[in-house]
Formats: sequence, C-alpha cells, structure tokens
Amino acid sequence: MLERVGRIVVTLLASAGAVSIFAFKALRELVVPPFEIRETIRQLFELGLRSAPLIAVSGMAVGVVLSMHTRASLERFGAEAMIPAGLAIALVRETGPLTAGLLLSGRIGAGIGAELGAMRVTEQIDALEASAVDSFRYLVVTRVAACIIALPILTTIMNFAGMLGGFLAETATTGMPLSLYFNRAFSIVDLTDYVPATVKTMVFGFIIATMSSYLGFTTESGTEGVGRASTRAVVFSSMLIIVANVVLVRLIFFIFPKAAGG
Amino acid sequence: MIEAVAERSAMQSPTSEAVPSVRLEHVSKSFGSRCVLDDVTLDVPAGCGFVILGRSGTGKSVLLRHVIGLVRPDSGSVFVQGQEVSSLTGKDLARVRKSVGFLFQNAALFDSISVGENVAFPLRRHSRLADSEIRSRARQKLAAVGLEREYDKMPAALSGGMRKRAGLARALALDPPILLVDEPSAGLDPITSDEIDALLLGLKQQGGTTVIVVTHNITSARRLGDELVMLHEGRILAKGTAADLDQSDNELVRAFMASSHSG
Repeated sequence: MLERVGRIVVTLLASAGAVSIFAFKALRELVVPPFEIRETIRQLFELGLRSAPLIAVSGMAVGVVLSMHTRASLERFGAEAMIPAGLAIALVRETGPLTAGLLLSGRIGAGIGAELGAMRVTEQIDALEASAVDSFRYLVVTRVAACIIALPILTTIMNFAGMLGGFLAETATTGMPLSLYFNRAFSIVDLTDYVPATVKTMVFGFIIATMSSYLGFTTESGTEGVGRASTRAVVFSSMLIIVANVVLVRLIFFIFPKAAGG
Repeated sequence: MIEAVAERSAMQSPTSEAVPSVRLEHVSKSFGSRCVLDDVTLDVPAGCGFVILGRSGTGKSVLLRHVIGLVRPDSGSVFVQGQEVSSLTGKDLARVRKSVGFLFQNAALFDSISVGENVAFPLRRHSRLADSEIRSRARQKLAAVGLEREYDKMPAALSGGMRKRAGLARALALDPPILLVDEPSAGLDPITSDEIDALLLGLKQQGGTTVIVVTHNITSARRLGDELVMLHEGRILAKGTAADLDQSDNELVRAFMASSHSG
C-alpha cells in the first residue's frame, strides 16, 4: 500500500517536473529568435478570432444573468441606480477574466490537446522534425504566443458583451437608455480595475497553451491517447487557472492596493 | 531535378565518394528494459539501394530514425555523409536533416494543409524562392509521382497509395542525396506497391540517390536492394546481396527470403 502511494507521488512529481521544464522552455523560446511570425498569426486567427463568437455570446448571457441577480439584491436597499456600476466592476475585475479563461480552456485547450496529440500519433510531428523544422518552436511556441495575445483581447470582448447583456436586461425592465447605462457603468470603473485583471489573463493564456501543448506533444497509445490528451488538457488547464487566479488576485491586491479597496 | 543531380555530383569529390552515405558504429538502443538495437554496425555506400529486413519489432524503423536524429542511440555513433549526427542539435542537426528525405510508413502528411502545400512546405522553410517558383517546383514533384492534379486536395481526400506518393514527393522536395523509406508497401495493393518501387528505383538509378528502405516485402527488397541486412532481436543476422541471403547458413534468413509475404 505504502509502496503504491510512494509510486504515485513519484509519478506526480515527475509529471509536474516535466510540465515545468516544458513551460520554462516555451517561455524562454518566446523571447529568443527566430520567431515563427506567420504561424503565430495563423494561430492567433485559429485560436483567437474563431473563439470570439463563443466569448461574445457567453459574455452577453453572463451579463443578463448578473444584471438580474444584481437587481434582485440592490432593489432591497433602493440602490437600483448602482446596478450598471456594480455589474461593470464585477465583470471587469473578476467575472469576465475568469469566465473567459475557463471557457477558452475548454475551446482552445481541447483543440490544442487533440490537434497536437493527433499529430504525434500520426507521426506528423516527426515529419516536421525530419523536414528540419523545430517542432517545439513551430507548434508550441506559436500557440503559446497566440494565447497570450488573444486572452486579454477576448476578455475585453467578454466584458463589453457582458455589459451589453446587462444593458439589455436593464432596459427591458426599466427602459434605461444606453448612454445613461454606460455613463453609470463607467463612472466607477478605472484603469486599476481593468488593466491588472486583464493582464492576468495573459497568464491564463500561457497556462492553457503550455498545459494543452504538453499533453498533446507527449500523447501515446493512438486515438485513445488523443482523446485522453484532449480531456486532460481541459481539466488540468481549468484547475490551474482557478488556482492561479487565487494567487494572481492576491498579487494584484498587493501591487495595486486601490484594487482591493485600500 | 537535373540541376540538383549535377550539383550533387559536383559535391561528391573523390574523397567524399570513399565516405559512406550513412554509417552506424556499434549503435545500441533500449526502451526501458527492452533492447531494440544491440551493437549494430553497418555502412551504406553512396548511391546504393540498401534494404533492411526483419520481422516486426526487430528495430528496423528505430534504426532508420537514428539516421536523422529522431532517436538518439544509448551508445555508439551515427554518421551521415561523414558527419556525426547523434550529438548534433539545432542548426547543425537541421543542416543534416535537409540532406535526408524521409518517407514515413503512413506518409505523415500534414493534414491541415493541401497536398501541394505539403510538398511546398520544405521549400518554403528552407529556400528563398518566390512563391510562384515554390508552387511550380511542388507541382513538378507531384507530377513526378503522378499526382499533378491533386495539388489543391486535402490529404484526407487521398487513397493510401496516393498519400504515400505525396509523402514521397514531399521527401524529395529539397532533392536530398539520401532517402529513407519506412515500409513503402505497407497497406498497399501489389500494383501500387510496384509503382512506388519503380519510383524509388528510378531515383536510385537516374538520380544517384542513396535509398535506404525498411520492408517486409521480399519482392520489393530484391528489386530495390543492392545490399540487404536482416535484423533479428536488435542484431544484424545477415548481410549481403539478395543472392547471399538466399544461400545463408541461417535457417531464419533463408525462410524469410523464401517467403512471399507482400507487406
């Protein structure tokens, strides 16, 4: 029994070490030329632009629901006028970045895990190497760069879509005009709310891309392995995002005391 | 194509002719506790058709992968045109890989780009040619394997034999002096298999390309192989011409050569 537990712990530590080395290598090669600019732009389109509809629709739905909940709470205190500002703060500081991160870990993480996994088992990664192409730089670093760039942009889209959804819910209930809604929403949000929370999603992008690429890159056991890589990419990316979020929020509050209300 | 052959002939000085295209010296490789290659030494002369035979799981494909550094030996050395490959990394390894084409068992075409772009891929990566010139060369390579009409098709739309021919066109995109071929007949009907053999034979005889083939197909091995080796349990069991292996003292070698298994 003890031996089995020991073996599991050693395996876990070895896997954590392997992922860390992989992530460190990706981070180092991100800043060391040559850069695969063409492929990075292609990935930015595939991973970023193609995720925009999902993010926009989800953001709007989240905005509608948040607005309804906020109204139900604030109505009790006669503070309905604070609904746009409350919604904007909630979206920009936390709900937008975290929801975008989790949604994209599903869409992008599963995609990268499955694509690289399939390339591994069908020898396409070996074929890249045989063609004298650095497969890590071509497949992994480009995806990591694309995710780091795409996540803050998609999070901003989610924030705006959420606020638009909140407006639709509010105007349907009270007939509030668009200009008044956004004036109230932006009256309380400033750059210390937006910038750190949005920059945080660059870390989410790095986590999604490196975790999924690692699992895809190290796929074994044929098509079954590809399915496993894809599922694990989503599970591990989501878990890491949630855990990293706790650390990052603490860090943001430390660096920007104003964001903590201090 | 003619230019490339002329260029290659010019590069082969009297000194380089003496150097084998590929040389393995005491190469051993294990995966976990399983020894796949055990002290393998062999020379592949330039311009030779070299066939590696053996039962499944005897290390043939692993041996082939050593040649371009896809697998590193646990001990021993691998030389390609006189250059030690097993310790190379980065640009040095890439330089060697550019001189070696590799046709994978399942062709390993990049499935996110068209057949033509698969063939153009090495040219886009390693030449400064204009886009129109790259497309034109890719079309020529596809025409050479009878696939000129398939340029814009996706790999998934091709049959197994067509995929293999497209893989061969990609492997030859940079006119490499050495071509590695892993199981050219696997999964193909006899006629398509013969067509692939004819293409490989043409490369060897007309282009002077060193062709190293891993196969189970004895008919194909006899056709392509100037020299043959038979691997068994990670070691070289027999080496020589097809006639030498036919008359081998080893019963397993004779049985293998007498078999009519076609891939």
